[in-house]
Parts: sequence; structure tokens; C-alpha cells
Amino acid sequence: MSDVMRAPYVLEYGYRRSTGPVIGQFLTALRDGRLVGGKTARGRVIVPPTEYDPETGDAVDELVPVGDAGVVTTWTWVAEPAPGQPLARPFAWALVKLDGADTAMLHAVDAGEPSRMKTGMRVRARFRAERSGTILDLEAFLPEQAS
Amino acid sequence: MSGPVTRFKSPVRFVFDVPAGPTVSRFLAAVAEGRLFGQRCPTCAKVYVPPKVACPRCGDPLSPEQLPVKETGTVTSFCVVNVPYEGQTMKLPYVYASILLDGADIPFPHLVDAEPADVRMGLRVRATWSDALGPTLESIRAFVPTGEPDAPFDAYKEHL
Ligand SMILES: [Zn+2]
Repeated sequence: MSDVMRAPYVLEYGYRRSTGPVIGQFLTALRDGRLVGGKTARGRVIVPPTEYDPETGDAVDELVPVGDAGVVTTWTWVAEPAPGQPLARPFAWALVKLDGADTAMLHAVDAGEPSRMKTGMRVRARFRAERSGTILDLEAFLPEQAS
Repeated sequence: MSGPVTRFKSPVRFVFDVPAGPTVSRFLAAVAEGRLFGQRCPTCAKVYVPPKVACPRCGDPLSPEQLPVKETGTVTSFCVVNVPYEGQTMKLPYVYASILLDGADIPFPHLVDAEPADVRMGLRVRATWSDALGPTLESIRAFVPTGEPDAPFDAYKEHL
């Protein structure tokens, strides 16, 4: 018997994380189909919100609504999605600056093919019908002219 | 569900496809037939069960000869598992032990089917095989006490 045996070996940690007060409000809004950002003392709107203003370190406790559409500021194409990524078909990872926000958030753009992706393009959020309070309640962004 | 979100799941999962290599594959094929063997280091003469490619002490390839070992052995160390975790198949509490087979020079870990309070260093045990044999050490259901007198510490102190 000279055959070499193989076997699957799965290493898994089923972490549950606490959200903290600010991300908790962001995820609660997502579950309700809305997007919110954190407004700093200087009036900048950060999406997703952070607990502290990255410029001054001051606490951020005012959350404000932002639009569910925005602009792609940069992107990369995923030709072969890995298990667990937002979409099972090819998609773009993109930084999307939502209307009313001063920072961009990372998410998937369901564009179908890379020729439909362009920096500066407008995209709109597509929410899942069943939402549970995670970033994937926002299923993906769609190119605006096609939606 | 309408209250505020305070937690979220963030699982980490790695899926590996692990090749056993020819040496361990030969051993697991024997286990699937209900048979155990060791292989000896030509330099230091230690017998490894399960066999390895090379002696971790000397670095030399082990001799290919398959040396029979007994299905009896000695508990050299053990722990009592009291903590539940996901995927656990044993009923708590249970005993996980290092078992030095007679004829081997290093122990390997396996279950001891006995009351935790009755398990001790030096306890003599025997392998009981599962009804369903396969290329896995789970083919040994567990080790059970033989009832023999305990092995004296000197008998296994070089093999901890
Ligand atoms: Zn050696």
C-alpha cells in the first residue's frame, strides 16, 4: 500500500463580537434598511461611524442619516470569489463614498463584468429582504444607471 | 427582532486538505486492518508509534521494517476534560491520556474509558477496537484498564 492518504481538516472559531455603542447603532440601522454615519465636532460625517474622531480623538456620539447611493472612489475586480465573500459571482470590491458622507466605505459592487466599473461611477445600495444586523444586510451596491 | 443590535457573528474558518504522507499512510492502512506497528530509529533505537519519516532526535530516516507492538500500554500522563466545546463527541467528563504502548518509546494521545477518579500515571490499559475500522486512530474506540498492577515510574520515566 503506497497510496498517500488525504483528509480534510477544518479549523473554525465561532466568534461572536460585541458591537460597542456606535457600530451597534450603525448595524441596527442597517437591519432596518437605513445607512447612518457619525458626525464629528468639526462636522465631518464618517461612514461606517467610529467611536472616536480619527482626527482629534474626540468621542463621536451624534449619528446622522446618509444616502443609500454614492460614488466609487476606487475599486478592484474579483474574478474568482472565495467562499464567504459577499457575492458568489465575480464582483468588485470598492470604496464607496455615500451621499452626505465624507469618508468611503468598503463593500461589494455587483457590476457583472469589470468593463462596467469606473472610478467616479454612481452606485446604489441593494438591501437584503431578510436582515439580521450585519454588514451583509447590505447585499451589494449596484451601478446606478442599471438599477 | 427589533431591539438594538449589540452583537454579531464573526466566525473564522480555515479548511485544509492534509496529505498524510507515505509513512503515516502505511500506518493508517494497517490501523484500518486492526493492526498497529512502530518503526525504529537506526541510530538511537527508539521505536515510534505512529511512525514518523525521521527520528525527531537524530534526524535519521526510520528503518522501514514494521515492528509489531502490543495493544497494551501504560498511561504516562492524562487530563480530565470537563469543558464542553463545539463539535465534542464525548460525554463529559472524560479522560484524554498519553499512552505508551508496550514495545514503543514515545506515547501517543488517546481516550481512556474509565472513571476519571480511577485514572493515574502508571495505569495499565489495553486498546479496544471500534466495530467500524478505518484509516484513523478512532478505529481504537478507547483504552480500558487491564487490572494489572500499575507500572512503576522507573518503567516509563524515560518515555514521558
Ligand atoms: Zn533516533
